[in-house]
Amino acid sequence: MTDGLLFHPALVMIAGALLIPALRGLARNLAILLVPALALVALWLLPEGRLWSVAWLDYQLTPLAVDKLSRLFSTIFLLMAGTGGLFALRQQSRIEVPAAFLYAGSAVGVALAGDLITVFLFWEFMAVGSTLVLWSAGTPQAWAASRRYIMVHLAGGVILFLGVVGHLQATGDASFTGMQVDSLAHWLILIGFLINAGAYPLSAWLPDAYPEASWSGTVFLSAFTTKTAVYVLIRGFPGTELLIWFGLFMVFYGIVYALLENDMRRILAYSIVNQVGFMIAGIGIGTEMALNGAAAHAFTHIIYKALLLMSAGVVLSATGRRKCSELGGLFHSMPVTTICGTIGALAISSFPLTSGFISKSMISQAAADGHLEIVWMFLAAASAGVFLHAGIKFPWFVFFQKDSGLRPPDPTGSVRWAMIFFAFLCIALGVWPEPLYAILPFPVDYVPYTAAHVLTQTQLLLFSGLAFFLMLNYLKRTPTISLDVDWLWRKLFPALFAIVGKAIRGAQSAIGGSLGGLIASTTALLDRQRQPGGFLLRSWPTGSMALWVMIMLLGYLALYY
Amino acid sequence: MKSQTHWLDDPLNIKKLWRAFMVVLALTVAAELVVHLHPHFELESLFGFHAVYGLVTCLLMIVGAKGLALLVKRPDDFYAEDGADD
Repeated sequence: MTDGLLFHPALVMIAGALLIPALRGLARNLAILLVPALALVALWLLPEGRLWSVAWLDYQLTPLAVDKLSRLFSTIFLLMAGTGGLFALRQQSRIEVPAAFLYAGSAVGVALAGDLITVFLFWEFMAVGSTLVLWSAGTPQAWAASRRYIMVHLAGGVILFLGVVGHLQATGDASFTGMQVDSLAHWLILIGFLINAGAYPLSAWLPDAYPEASWSGTVFLSAFTTKTAVYVLIRGFPGTELLIWFGLFMVFYGIVYALLENDMRRILAYSIVNQVGFMIAGIGIGTEMALNGAAAHAFTHIIYKALLLMSAGVVLSATGRRKCSELGGLFHSMPVTTICGTIGALAISSFPLTSGFISKSMISQAAADGHLEIVWMFLAAASAGVFLHAGIKFPWFVFFQKDSGLRPPDPTGSVRWAMIFFAFLCIALGVWPEPLYAILPFPVDYVPYTAAHVLTQTQLLLFSGLAFFLMLNYLKRTPTISLDVDWLWRKLFPALFAIVGKAIRGAQSAIGGSLGGLIASTTALLDRQRQPGGFLLRSWPTGSMALWVMIMLLGYLALYY
Repeated sequence: MKSQTHWLDDPLNIKKLWRAFMVVLALTVAAELVVHLHPHFELESLFGFHAVYGLVTCLLMIVGAKGLALLVKRPDDFYAEDGADD
């Protein structure tokens, strides 16, 4: 340790998570707001460099290493934890916020880890924290979803662990730096990272689990796991071309499933996959511009996605309904929520003057600079598709469309202020991107606001909006779900287990039937020998025993001589 | 909000909004005559490219989603009905 006065921001959060359950009332509320603030201060007081160094077994661990990339991600994680804490002050569950702080602190721990072993440790803590957030919803659905969720993440953790062990064996160096997918170990690490990123086909855990959390829990869940995965991919696998195609697939998978979805928070969950797809495509492109874009997009995405899920959470807690087919017309009585949700929707769609515009466009620009025309075309189509599935669909079906007759009031106090704060940031970052550009990992040489860019983006989005309203009849929500890959482990595997189990039991009884007679007669034969007069109960002359002993001794002599 | 009708509830106003939307759409395309675009690729230099591209790709995505729905759509108690969800 170079300096005893340095506080590790992740440990500040985790200490807070342990402290908060013991507090009540005002002290608890203050702690929820102050702990992330203190961690944020601690983070920005840290100098750059590899700050803590510990020898463990044969390896040099660096649990605290700071550079621009790790500071950027830690900053947004802490900002999210603090604002989420404000939003969740009224949460009745006493576990949820401490669990979320453990979760957020662990995400910060991953971002500040200089070695793979520390990454792995905090990675697993994140799985624990997020599962606790899910549990604290307290419904049977959340409990069932949390079991599937932890199953996927523990499997992902094992894959990552195998990869890390293989990497340590091959190199003897634990430090976390850029890797190539050139060995089994590195493939395993990449797969472990991609599972948490929500990459297809192991993406179904995300829309399965996140919408089952409480009205405030989903806000926390949306932020950390996938964006930590984006962070480790930026650091570990920049420029891995395969990631472009993974990312693009996620983008369209998210759009298509979100278009079919009826549950408002599941629409937003699919759109997380969609947005992370943009980031992963950027990481695959791998230029400074693309990596800056991916990092900036993760930053702005956390804010507007949390804002969207806050507005959905408010609707859920006020109406108790979550299906688009049962909502609508809420703008009548919830103007603040409607406006905040719409600002989030415009930001996710990258409308000019919102935060999405200044971040996502860097990824497209990087594709254009690299003359990746096909990739650029896909990204442009996907941008239009984002407006379709999240930008219009979410606010339209929840707040507008046909009037459901519901007239719930707008939230007051902390819930309202958390939404307004994030809505403010969505606009502020869109209007004034320089402070964000200044903390990106590479120097920014990009001007988002050119007349051409504003015009082309506006055209793209507005005509996408036209497509939405032209096709509105086909987009009407029905009370249905769409099967996803989780069908494998929710239906097919249990069914296979049932069939195989039945087959085994059938085979057992068949074997029992055909061999039964033989077994019974053998048993009877043996049994008879144990009766008086049977072979085993006969009395033997002493001489015969002496004879047998002699034969055995002779045999022994003959064999071993 | 106290009165049950909002200006957005009036179909006449919705019609006006539609007209305004059409005007804005036309304006964004017409603006290409004035604003110099910096096309990255040849396709982009076509007049109104982004408008057509946004509209067509979105229609394709909706059709694609409806096509997929034929295969994967289920009632929303699909997982609940046989107790698979508890």
